[in-house]
Amino acid sequence: MYINHDDSRRYTVGVLVDNEPGVLSRVSGLFSRRGFNIESLTVGTTMDPEISRITIVVKGNDANIEQLVQQLYKLICVQKVQVMQPRNSVERQLLLVKVKAGVTEREGLMRLVDIFKAKVLDVTRTSMTLQITGENDKIASMLSLLEDYGILELVRTGVVALERGDGVMSSDIFD
Amino acid sequence: MRLNGAAILIECLIEQGVGTVFGFPGGAVLPIYDELYKRQDRISHVLTAHEQHAGHAADGYARASGRTGVCIATSGPGATNLVTAIATAYMDSTPVVFITGNVPQSLMGTDSFQEADISGITMPITKHNYMVTKVERLADTLREAFYIAASGRPGPVVVDIPKDVQIAETEYIPASGDALIPKISMKHPMMQLRPEGSALERYKIKAQPRLEKAAQLIAEAHRPLIYCGGGVSLSGAQAELLALAERVDAPVVSTLMGLGAVPAEHNRMLGMLGMHGTHAANIAMQRCDLLIAVGVRFSDRALGKAETFAPDAKVLHIDIDRAEINKNVSTTLHITGDARVVLELLLARVSQKKHEQWMQQARSMAEEYLDDGLFEPRKILKSMAYCAPDITVATDVGQHQMWTAQHFPFSRVRQLISSGGLGTMGFGLGAAMGAAQSDPEGKPVALVTGDGSFRMNLTELSTIVYYNIPVIVVIFNNGTLGMVRQWQTLFFGHRYSQTTLDRGPDFMKLADAYGLKGTRVDSIGDFEAAFAAAYKEGKPCIIECMLDIDEMVAPMVAPGSPIDSFCLN
Repeated sequence: MYINHDDSRRYTVGVLVDNEPGVLSRVSGLFSRRGFNIESLTVGTTMDPEISRITIVVKGNDANIEQLVQQLYKLICVQKVQVMQPRNSVERQLLLVKVKAGVTEREGLMRLVDIFKAKVLDVTRTSMTLQITGENDKIASMLSLLEDYGILELVRTGVVALERGDGVMSSDIFD
Repeated sequence: MRLNGAAILIECLIEQGVGTVFGFPGGAVLPIYDELYKRQDRISHVLTAHEQHAGHAADGYARASGRTGVCIATSGPGATNLVTAIATAYMDSTPVVFITGNVPQSLMGTDSFQEADISGITMPITKHNYMVTKVERLADTLREAFYIAASGRPGPVVVDIPKDVQIAETEYIPASGDALIPKISMKHPMMQLRPEGSALERYKIKAQPRLEKAAQLIAEAHRPLIYCGGGVSLSGAQAELLALAERVDAPVVSTLMGLGAVPAEHNRMLGMLGMHGTHAANIAMQRCDLLIAVGVRFSDRALGKAETFAPDAKVLHIDIDRAEINKNVSTTLHITGDARVVLELLLARVSQKKHEQWMQQARSMAEEYLDDGLFEPRKILKSMAYCAPDITVATDVGQHQMWTAQHFPFSRVRQLISSGGLGTMGFGLGAAMGAAQSDPEGKPVALVTGDGSFRMNLTELSTIVYYNIPVIVVIFNNGTLGMVRQWQTLFFGHRYSQTTLDRGPDFMKLADAYGLKGTRVDSIGDFEAAFAAAYKEGKPCIIECMLDIDEMVAPMVAPGSPIDSFCLN
């Protein structure tokens, strides 16, 4: 009977919303007041200019997530919610990172760029700016290796995700 | 017809059948009040002393009548004064449309005079809210607002209208009937109405497997119990609920919001459950093996300690809001839908059961409770019910509220008007006023309040006197914030920190000042005489009942304790 709120996992949730002012604060406000910790949140328009898609990574358990999905559906601006199964979805994020790099460090860094299929976006006499895309784990291990050189600044987009297969998330779900 | 925004607002209110609005004017709603002035033949406006109580009045109007209440306030402080009223309506699922003015869009975002971001502020306490940026969208936005407020699980909607939108003109196209229903959003779960016709047929097919499982759970149960909440009253499912209780041969317990759905005197009714629930209700909850929960949200005040709540029971949860399912208690089976429709469909699948022993057991607990000793507040409430059994009773929040819930024998839905979820002290007088205004026959409404709560809204005495709104204000004066004092007595070593109200005002002099009749009573005989006279007279008045400062609400379960372990009997 009693709902246990302890065990915690990472969930990726896709949300289709009306592309209107205030929608992002409705969604993020719901998360914070219901006590959900957002690990990452991204938003962008879809093929339909009236619909935006939000991808949220959140920690919780199955009971929390059921509650979260149902609370999201109570927002009038929310059209569709989908909880992605890790095995059944692809996730990416993009990271831009500025690293300390003088003449001696460049070669080592270029090797890392190679291994991680990263890109060099800018080089100065003392720094390099790199772009890395990938899953969380890949980005985390790249970052830990870059720490040896000295990270000056970084910015990340947050996770975006799609389900595998030919199924699509459509806004027409209430039929 | 070419109209300005303010005039379109009035037309849309008329479209919705609104006859009464509550509010308070100000700079950013001047165009609206100008139109109200011109259209006073169609819409009557009740001017309160404070916006908060206008909000509670619109809420009380909606609770008593089932029709959507409307409240108007100006920008900035006018709008922020509504916040408590909006949150109160939200927690108790009341349909209210709040209209606020705002500064012209050219000034918005510049911290201009009386500017506040009311749609931002009210986002977490409304079912939905709008800021209208173009007059062309105004009429449809208002139609949507009314639809959202009253559909699905009802709730408050705020429509913020900047002053320039009130002044701007556009072509107004009148709508009626189906045209009033917004087309696109109809499928949204929060906007679904009770299904009818082909929608009902589709719903039947969808719900069938769950209905069958529910019928099976009921067939297998030996000690079924029905747990009735505010959703029963909102959907008008009281007849179906009672029919199910008879069919299943089950007793019924109720939340504060569900009181009246099954008459208090009915032999299946065990009373309110929870922190101040009856022994019978709480013990039955712990012993039942099937809990049929209808229109409830398993509030902590009803549950006690969630881990030990109804330990032997399978839970069948029926509610229109899917988010209430598995929120506080995980269910064995749920059916999402309008309570009346679901119960009707369920009844068709449930055969007559007999649980003589269980019914006897449950009822015997109820009788034990009824034999408890008598005390003053209980006598006052019984005497009120004796004089006016059908009267609508509004309350404020605190001891008097719990005594009213426990001892006034509510016999119909919408008879008790009380702030259950938010527990808003200061709710009562505005709500009572709104409830009285919603009654075309103008029957008197009783407000049971405490001296603490009443001090938060007594400014509205001028309103009920001016409009001659028949509210009988019954003050339980014990010279303290009684419920807080009770907790200080029980849990804080009798340290009465800031709860003793050994100060004015003299409520009799106050009655004089506001120009209404005041009677102070300290015996049940005097109370009965005063109340009977007031009821007959049908004019606003005050009856002040002098009570002992140490009177407590019993029974009581300490917060976070198992629901059958009473700390006060």
